[in-house]
Amino acid sequence: MRTTAPVGAWESDFDVLDAQYIADPFAIWDQLRQTCPIAHTDRRGSTWLPTRYEDVTAMAHDIGHFSSLEVAVIPFEGEEPEEPVLPYGLPPISADPPLHTWTRRLLLPWFSHTRVRTYESMTRGLCSGLIDGFIAEGRADAASDYAQQIPVRVIAHILGVSPDLSDTFTGWVRDVLEFADDPDRRVRGVQGLLEYFIAEVATRRAQPGDDLLSELLRTEVDGAPLEDSVVLGAAALVLIAGVDTTWSAIGSSLWHLATHPADRTRMVEDPEVMSLAVEELLRAYSPVTMARIVTTDVEFAGCPMKAGDKILMNFPAANRDPAVFDHADEVVLDRAHNRHVAFGSGIHRCAGSNLARMELRVALEEWLCRIPEFHLADGEEVTWAGGQVRGPRVLPVVFP
Amino acid sequence: MDPDKCQGHARCYGLVPELFEIDDYGQSTAVGDGSVPPELEERARLAIANCPEFAVEEIPPS
Repeated sequence: MRTTAPVGAWESDFDVLDAQYIADPFAIWDQLRQTCPIAHTDRRGSTWLPTRYEDVTAMAHDIGHFSSLEVAVIPFEGEEPEEPVLPYGLPPISADPPLHTWTRRLLLPWFSHTRVRTYESMTRGLCSGLIDGFIAEGRADAASDYAQQIPVRVIAHILGVSPDLSDTFTGWVRDVLEFADDPDRRVRGVQGLLEYFIAEVATRRAQPGDDLLSELLRTEVDGAPLEDSVVLGAAALVLIAGVDTTWSAIGSSLWHLATHPADRTRMVEDPEVMSLAVEELLRAYSPVTMARIVTTDVEFAGCPMKAGDKILMNFPAANRDPAVFDHADEVVLDRAHNRHVAFGSGIHRCAGSNLARMELRVALEEWLCRIPEFHLADGEEVTWAGGQVRGPRVLPVVFP
Repeated sequence: MDPDKCQGHARCYGLVPELFEIDDYGQSTAVGDGSVPPELEERARLAIANCPEFAVEEIPPS
């Protein structure tokens, strides 16, 4: 990642790739919420950063002024091809209605409550097998040895692609999301994903299976098969959105438990708290920020927004807003009132939220069952990724 | 339960599956006519307090 120029005033010159923002954005949001509360920057184009729950959710619902046609937090700085392979991007996430509506309905049943239950036992086996691999060593990188390995394999299973390529998939997804300010890496990630799925589409056409990719190829809308670009975009979306995000939530939750022994003990001794605790960890360490594009000049909460400006949908900061959450900066495992928006708000609510919740719960259950006591390895650095998706990337922990 | 506000977060169903049904697209609806037996009132209020779309409301019996 390239280094960023130092930030002087967060209100008027913020940078989400600033090292301080990535490591500890919470104090910055608190300050902005009290003094601003919608920050602006001209770095990487004119961009706004709301920090209050009320503003973020209002913008998420105002799809007329705030379009999803560009959802990348860090704009692509390389040269765009004249005829893009994906003219619609990654629908439904990068679409407004009507394209959003019908493409979303193609994906939702694959992530329904009922369907997600059928992925639970393979997820549990996967987590348990990963722990087998390091438990005897008394130490592990909870990010790269564990969290990072889980969602990519579940998503590969759903898409019907080879789990042996998990590390390759993870590399491409990180190129697209985490190293987005490096045009070479972004291009490498996008090309890797596209070339892979173009080849997979050809294979599936000849030999369809019962997986999501084959189902998309079988689907007809208004009597015609889906355009290849829609199939490719939706398949790439499932992989991109299903990997970095959930892995980050699992990693952040393990970081919290490694650094907060009272919470760790409670979750071990009181398994009943798990379902509320999963929501609370999602609230406190929401990984995902999405973007919107302003469609027409509009004044929002006193800010003069111009057509083409970018909005960073700061769901993580909304979830720390003390106007909505008591003791917003504390993790309260059994928090009873928790309207968190870790999965967004409005029509773009994360289509994979049921899956992400299941993966997070099962990953924590399996870890805490086998490794009830653990803490950060003394003197070893924890590193974080940020920007579009925030979570630990190196998380060395030790256990007796 | 206001189906026009529901965006499929499934928090209500996760908290009180006795009171909500959910379809393959995530849409929640109240079971039956939406009335809540006394023993489920407390959990029903949890469903209200956890819906990010403010789609679940308490309507006192008339």
